[in-house]
Amino acid sequence: MSDHLPILLIVLPLIAAPLCVLVGNRKVAYVVALAAAWCTFAIALTLITQVTRSGPIHYNIGDWAPPYGIEYVVDSFSGFVMLFVAGIGALVLSYAPPSIKAEIPQSKHYLFYATYMLCMTGLLGICATGDLFNVFVFLEISSLSSYALISLGRSRRAPLAALQYLILGSIGATFILIGIGLLYQMTGTLNMADIASRLDTHHGPRTMLVSFAFLTVGLCIKMAVFPLHRWLPGAYTYAPSVVTCFIAATSTKVSVYAFARVVFGIFTPDFAFEQLSLNTGLMILALIGIFGTSITAIFQDNVKRMLAFSSVAQIGYMLLGISMANQSGLTAGIIHMFNHALIKGGLFMVAGCFALRLGSVNLSDWQGAGRTMPWTSFAWVVGGLGLIGVPLTAGFVSKWLLLTAAVQSELWPVAVLMLLSSLLALVYIWRVVESLYFAETSQRAADAVDAPLQMLVPTYILIGAILVFGVWTTYPFDLASEAASTLLGAPTP
Amino acid sequence: MSIEQVVGLYNYWIVVFLMMTGFYIVIARTNLIKSIIGLNIFQTSVFLLYITMGRINGGTAPIIPAVVADAHAHAHPADAHATDGPAGHSLHETADELIYSNPLPSVLMLTAIVVGIATTALALALIVRIREEYGTVEEDEILELDRYS
Amino acid sequence: MIAETTITGWLTDPESLIAAGLLLPLLALIAIQLFGRWPNLREAATLTVSTVLFAVVGRLSQIVFAGNRPSLTLGEFLPGFEIGFEIEPLGMLFALVASGLWILTTIYAIGYMRGHHEQHQTRFFSCFAIAIFAAVAAAFSANLFTLFVAYEVMTISTYPLVAHHGTEKARDGARVYLGILLSTSIAFLMLAIVWTWFIAGTLQFRAGGILSDAFAAGDISRWQLGLLLALFAFGIAKAALMPFHRWLPAAMVAPTPVSALLHAVAVVKVGVFSVLKVVVYVFGLDLLQTSGVNLWLAYLAGFSILTASLVAMTKDNLKARLAYSTISQLGYITLGAAIATPSSVVGGGMHIVMHAVGKITLFFCAGAIYVAAHKTDISQMRGLGRRMPFTFAAFLIATVSIIGLPPCGGAWSKWFLAVGTVESHQFILTAILMISSLLNIAYLMPIPMRAFQTPEGDGDTSGSTIQEAPLFCVVPLCITALGSIALFFAGQWIYEVLLPITIP
Repeated sequence: MSDHLPILLIVLPLIAAPLCVLVGNRKVAYVVALAAAWCTFAIALTLITQVTRSGPIHYNIGDWAPPYGIEYVVDSFSGFVMLFVAGIGALVLSYAPPSIKAEIPQSKHYLFYATYMLCMTGLLGICATGDLFNVFVFLEISSLSSYALISLGRSRRAPLAALQYLILGSIGATFILIGIGLLYQMTGTLNMADIASRLDTHHGPRTMLVSFAFLTVGLCIKMAVFPLHRWLPGAYTYAPSVVTCFIAATSTKVSVYAFARVVFGIFTPDFAFEQLSLNTGLMILALIGIFGTSITAIFQDNVKRMLAFSSVAQIGYMLLGISMANQSGLTAGIIHMFNHALIKGGLFMVAGCFALRLGSVNLSDWQGAGRTMPWTSFAWVVGGLGLIGVPLTAGFVSKWLLLTAAVQSELWPVAVLMLLSSLLALVYIWRVVESLYFAETSQRAADAVDAPLQMLVPTYILIGAILVFGVWTTYPFDLASEAASTLLGAPTP
Repeated sequence: MSIEQVVGLYNYWIVVFLMMTGFYIVIARTNLIKSIIGLNIFQTSVFLLYITMGRINGGTAPIIPAVVADAHAHAHPADAHATDGPAGHSLHETADELIYSNPLPSVLMLTAIVVGIATTALALALIVRIREEYGTVEEDEILELDRYS
Repeated sequence: MIAETTITGWLTDPESLIAAGLLLPLLALIAIQLFGRWPNLREAATLTVSTVLFAVVGRLSQIVFAGNRPSLTLGEFLPGFEIGFEIEPLGMLFALVASGLWILTTIYAIGYMRGHHEQHQTRFFSCFAIAIFAAVAAAFSANLFTLFVAYEVMTISTYPLVAHHGTEKARDGARVYLGILLSTSIAFLMLAIVWTWFIAGTLQFRAGGILSDAFAAGDISRWQLGLLLALFAFGIAKAALMPFHRWLPAAMVAPTPVSALLHAVAVVKVGVFSVLKVVVYVFGLDLLQTSGVNLWLAYLAGFSILTASLVAMTKDNLKARLAYSTISQLGYITLGAAIATPSSVVGGGMHIVMHAVGKITLFFCAGAIYVAAHKTDISQMRGLGRRMPFTFAAFLIATVSIIGLPPCGGAWSKWFLAVGTVESHQFILTAILMISSLLNIAYLMPIPMRAFQTPEGDGDTSGSTIQEAPLFCVVPLCITALGSIALFFAGQWIYEVLLPITIP
């Protein structure tokens, strides 16, 4: 049984999805989905402990040996990403019922759970698989289900936002497909490790360059790298709160994961960064993106939109780490994936709590809610401190690592700009804090009460995790640094 | 690059033409339905790209022809593993003369087509909902409506 | 018998004492939260814990001043960056001051907060405890990383205190407070620390500094060293060096006990303490002397001293005047650090103590006046001294100490600072110190003077009867005023205690 865990991780939510549809009852469907989600998390946890104990796990589907069969690989990088995707997926699902009851028509609840499970399947699948075409398939599973989930939003703009995301996302996916096709044409295989061993990155044909370009652009759309991020703010803003929590915390990070895999696992950083100096371009884009979107975030009245812009900025930090292409930079980037998933997930969950009680995510309606919803508001403060990167929160850990990595690589301008940009986070987070605590109480906030415990407890678990991993840094750090050394091809210690 | 080479790559020219047409439609059209059509053309071009790369000139479908299979089965009724007999040898030569096209790209495209159909279906469903809400499928009109709401 | 020896062993084991020093404020925090509903119990718990903390710190100080350097390492936070504590005399002295004054401030806060019917007292005392924890952690810190974490914890924990009233004014003040302190620390201090780590390979505080090798090896040029010093000096905005001083007047919207303990003692002293620590243990006095990159900082501090004094003269609001006076006095300590001679550094360290005791008295008085007479402006205080003789007597004593006249503690620290300027032949700075003392007289002396004059339009009889603030307010401020005098006689002792820090 334990040998089959890697496939079980994918199959469990995949089976839960049609099961949810078949039972057709929202309560039963919820129980099925929730059980599947937590089991998935348990599996992910088991896998990552196995990986740290005895190295990467290779699983051949149907016992077909790679490269003929599809191979699933769980190493410290994919295991780490799977861990937090599954964890946050399960946590958000535990938090979901009161919120979706308010935001989604009851008749569609079971479909919502089914789609949610599919989305989780896709995201986990991207991490687990070692087969490039499989990456595309899972990417599309997760994307299609996210489009559907986003379109469930109450606002009439939700379908439009979903459609815009769909069009851009499909273009991205098709680009990725072209890239994969060209790679296959060159190497005759789809197994990532196999491709990497057959690809001569120094004297290869020009096709390699083209394929790399297609893959990069495609993944950049999925990652929402500035300036290809246009789909993201609308999608995050108009999606139901629960969907935003889950997608914001996981989906872009998984795309970053896929990107890192492609760059480091297939093309080698030597090709991408030394020969093409993609790192300089990425760094510049990341920095412009960080500043541009952070400043935009400051001027948003809609809190979800503000957080969405902030997400684009945070993707920039991850890319900064990755584009340094050394052990410390990669570690910082990977750990920021994890930390930001916690932080942004937590903040969106808080926004969901407010949305439930106040019926709005506009800052003007949140005013004075600190008095009537103290617990919810306090969660915002803690999560916000994490986003700013104050010591003893998870955000500080990644910022510190990123800073030391930048200094070690002697990228002084990057270090300085990074610090300055984190001040912008202070501005937009604190605007909300001040509105919550100091402003005249708004009509809606005046007779609001704290969010129900079913939402508050998962929110606090995630918010608490920000503090826990801000102090207990060794666990995520060890995982991330091992993941980084796996990516860089160094023997794992 | 000689003219023969350019013409010889005609399949790729078709792919590129379709790809650019589709891409242009997606970007330039404000009508949502037309955008989706563009997207479809764009995706289809990739299907062609894959299929054409799997095809080998003079190659057949990767199915063992009935003649060969029969002969093979006849020569080794009991033991399928013993291929080094004198009769088996000649049969093998006939089998080797056959060139098979690579089936894998076509198989991959089956999946991609399914994905494409799912995308189109979802997109059309979304457009129906948009049309219900706004009464139009022109993107600029929708944005206009949103601005004043 | 065995238990007894364990307890005595525990009491003399420096490691557990350090741990106790750090845990006690957190214990207080828990107690405050638990007893939030019963104010008497809550305050009793705070007082007990703060007294025990003072005892623990006092016991530690015996060990430290005997020449030992007890240390405690909590482990690596991130590879290469550990949370560790090691006590040297400067930090010890600071911890003594902070923990000692915590007791008095708690007593005072009881009187003030209740006399004033303030809301959210539990939150107030909780944040206070966290701030004290941060102060102790900063004082004990063994490396820059630990210091930085403590520094930031203090910023965050004091924000709710500044914003305590929840009004629009409180919001604006607190915004400036947090904005300046957090952004300078992130933009400058963090960069400076990482830079230091990059070139020195360590962040450990070491007598004689950690940068001299790197400088000798050419890893950092002279102007870069100056830049690094600037990043530290401006990054530690809690030292209120101009032009990053605006947060301190802004923080005066807080209730007076906050202004007293935090903005005269804990927060600002963490700032100047960090500056001193960086100068002594990161740069090293010799390195600064030989490279000469410190002088601009000394002159900037001099400018800060004079300008803040001049601004203080224009302020009619008592707390605002005291705030600018604080900025000016913090300038002295930065100046002492910047001149980087043994005398000036000792003088700066000494001034942390002297100014803390003096300024907390002044703030206590300001609060007492507000509670008893609801007066905040200096121009309204004429004749108030007759109604509140103890308060204003204490104010007078503290004023003398701040000015730097015998028989108050401030005389010593200013003396050593002046000696430092002369030793390094910076006579302009000596002159600045002298002028500033005159300015101190000009802006502080009139307050008690005016208070003891006859009230204007002497008609109402209330002027003659004594109407002091609650006893809880008056007793602490009398104690600290007496403390200022006592410190004059402790000058020699403090000097000897601090001298070891200047020897590499």
